[in-house]
Amino acid sequence: MIHEFDVVVVGAGGAGLYCALEAGKKARTAVISKLYPVRSHTGAAQGGIGAALGNVEEDRAEWHAFDTVKGGDYLTDQKPAALLADEAIGAVYHLENLGLPFNRTADGRIDQRRFGGHTRNFGEAPVRRACYAADRTGHMILQTLFQQCIKHDVVFHDEFHLIDIFIENNRCRGLAAVELATGELHIFRAKAVHLATGGFGRMFRVTSNAYANTGDGPAVLARRGVPLEDMEFFQFHPTGIRGLGILITEAVRGEGGILRNRDGERFMEKYAPTLLDLAPRDMISRAILTEIGEGRGVKGDRSADDYVLLDASHLGKDVIAAKLPEISDFCRSYLGIDPAAEPIPVQPTAHYAMGGIPTDDRGRVTVDDKGTIVEGLYAAGECACVSVHGANRLGTNSLVDLVVFGRRAGQDIGGYVSRAALPDLPRDLADRAVEAIARLRERSGGPPPEPVREKMQNLMMQKVGIYRTEKDMAEAVRNLEELRGQYGEIGLLDRGREFNTSLLEILELGNLLDLAYITACAALRRRESRGAHAREDFPDRDDAAWLKHSVARLVGDRVEIGDKPVDTSIWPPKPRKY
Amino acid sequence: MKIILEIQRFNPKKDQVPYFQRYEIEAESNDRLLDALMHLQRTADPTLGLRKSCAHGICGSDAMVIDGRERLACKTLVKDVAAHEGAVVRIEPLRTMPVQRDLMVDQGPFFAHFRKVKPYLINSGEVREKERLQSREERARFDDATECILCACCYSACPVRRNTNAAYIGPAAIVQVSRFIEDSRDKGFEERLPEIDHPNGVWPCVNFFECTRVCPRSIKVTYLINLTKRRITEYRKSKGDKPRGGREFHP
Repeated sequence: MIHEFDVVVVGAGGAGLYCALEAGKKARTAVISKLYPVRSHTGAAQGGIGAALGNVEEDRAEWHAFDTVKGGDYLTDQKPAALLADEAIGAVYHLENLGLPFNRTADGRIDQRRFGGHTRNFGEAPVRRACYAADRTGHMILQTLFQQCIKHDVVFHDEFHLIDIFIENNRCRGLAAVELATGELHIFRAKAVHLATGGFGRMFRVTSNAYANTGDGPAVLARRGVPLEDMEFFQFHPTGIRGLGILITEAVRGEGGILRNRDGERFMEKYAPTLLDLAPRDMISRAILTEIGEGRGVKGDRSADDYVLLDASHLGKDVIAAKLPEISDFCRSYLGIDPAAEPIPVQPTAHYAMGGIPTDDRGRVTVDDKGTIVEGLYAAGECACVSVHGANRLGTNSLVDLVVFGRRAGQDIGGYVSRAALPDLPRDLADRAVEAIARLRERSGGPPPEPVREKMQNLMMQKVGIYRTEKDMAEAVRNLEELRGQYGEIGLLDRGREFNTSLLEILELGNLLDLAYITACAALRRRESRGAHAREDFPDRDDAAWLKHSVARLVGDRVEIGDKPVDTSIWPPKPRKY
Repeated sequence: MKIILEIQRFNPKKDQVPYFQRYEIEAESNDRLLDALMHLQRTADPTLGLRKSCAHGICGSDAMVIDGRERLACKTLVKDVAAHEGAVVRIEPLRTMPVQRDLMVDQGPFFAHFRKVKPYLINSGEVREKERLQSREERARFDDATECILCACCYSACPVRRNTNAAYIGPAAIVQVSRFIEDSRDKGFEERLPEIDHPNGVWPCVNFFECTRVCPRSIKVTYLINLTKRRITEYRKSKGDKPRGGREFHP
């Protein structure tokens, strides 16, 4: 079936819905998502959305921008970071005006709390910047945006799975998607395509990410020759529930929670004397691994499943009930404990991709170091890389990113499609998608996908995780090459057309494998430590050689990596201490 | 330990009627039931149809009927439903919605009812301040309703919907009504009235409390339905009128 729209948005999380609302004001817009709306992973964001409203103490957008740059270990592009911090303020007010139920101050304004790496006056002390709706801020953003989509009659195609994007002569021409219900292939012709497919944490064994976070947008683009930026930077959130990886929000520490080792010691005093437990995530994740590695984890056996404790018991039942009710619920459901009474066992969990599809500050996808765009192709949110997060994202900035850049992309698309004509769709492009799915459907009798998935997730966790070495990563690259080979042999065991979830899971695994491979190759190449990329063999940041973005291109079975300059036009790089 | 999953299977393309299939599986007592189902699907029976995403109770994808009660598979631990070696856990799709395949149901009717009640802030007034001001007390009044993740557990469990009136908009839609009409910023009560003060609006509820019992977010659903009934009665009284969709509400 062939559809024609001005705009097709892929993904119904925050960045997709915001874009659809903006673009939909001016253009015929459809949202396709492999999930039902409100099932997207934006809903899992907990602690808050950062904006220098200054509602509870003095704050400035400039300080927020600086924190974002420093938090990103100076790999953040500085003008986009300033834009992010400036526009965060209007975006938060806009969300409130749309009905988002923020917690309130005593005088009825949006309440704000502390979060990791957010400081006043360029690093002096923590500042209350995170606007929040209990500890379900992402849930409320997703609900609020979906409510507005209903109000404005946005067209949804639910459970449509992206499989290909049509690009020819640097012009995006539409996309192909499989409908879960029927197994039918749908071709969408469009003037503009906006990708908001989210993250790809499922390449790791322990992750806070949803099953759906398989990087479909970046992977499809990588296979169509679009390079991916800064893929070596993947954030491990320090506080996942032990074993399960379920996120325990940084807001627990923002409200005063403390990390402790087996001796009860507040170990962050050694690693970040000023910000302590509110240091950026990459530093805390490394600190936890160091504690465990030196035998001060709770088990004390230095094993991969050792853990530390997040103590919130001194906050009191009332604070936890009013400001951290979800965490309380998770602890009861999955651990059988009450966080107001006993500490929470935590370990780092794969959480957020700083890298992704390179875009400019209007959401337009760029393909080289000169900012050449693919006409009509946009991306925003976690799948994109503006780059406002650099080598390490600060807490709350993911939500800021998706509302600010989802909205900017939507506005730019609105203007663009009013000038553009519907591009032709050369027949061979569409045929290629039809054939790819047909070939997959015919594959029977091969090995099942599960062993390949497990091997990939273990490899990435063990060899391309928090601490990295040349030897480990070279091995990971070799093993991923093998796994990509084996992937081609996998057989499809469910032959049905309707609601064939295993067919789609095989496609998702292919996407994860390609992105894992690019991640490992980019990580192996970068011989320094910066933000979330921590190399034991190159422990220092090396600005002379490596203050540059990586741009990795998948060329057949090889990854070719080039560079792109970093915008350091506002704050010259300095050592990063907290 | 070994446990037995007894799962309702149905593929409308192939099967005349649903049937139960038994699987003996290995599971840890602290595993989520979703982990067990995914392991089963990925290693033993890839034809098993189910939805899932976040795996920690916030996306609402994996609602199903587990041992006769609506639950999220990712918020149910194996030990919650299988107390001993060899225990049998019966898993069925949500009720009152057509089965698409195995544990997947058509959520179309559920979302259609949700959309009917205008589930968005209605307030055409200009915002004079940067944000609309709201006191903590005003904010607290609708807090419970904002927990809803639209998983449809309540919609499936409601005895009225199951047995007497499938056209009833159902508990979740009324929770959304309550979320907005109790919000000091919303001015849409009258606009929503035709859908809620209606024979298929709030009035079919007769307080079975099943919605409240099954809600994985612990929302006091029945209380919010009754609160909404009271708001309608009060409003009609203030106009010298009676509720139009059903009987008057006497708490």
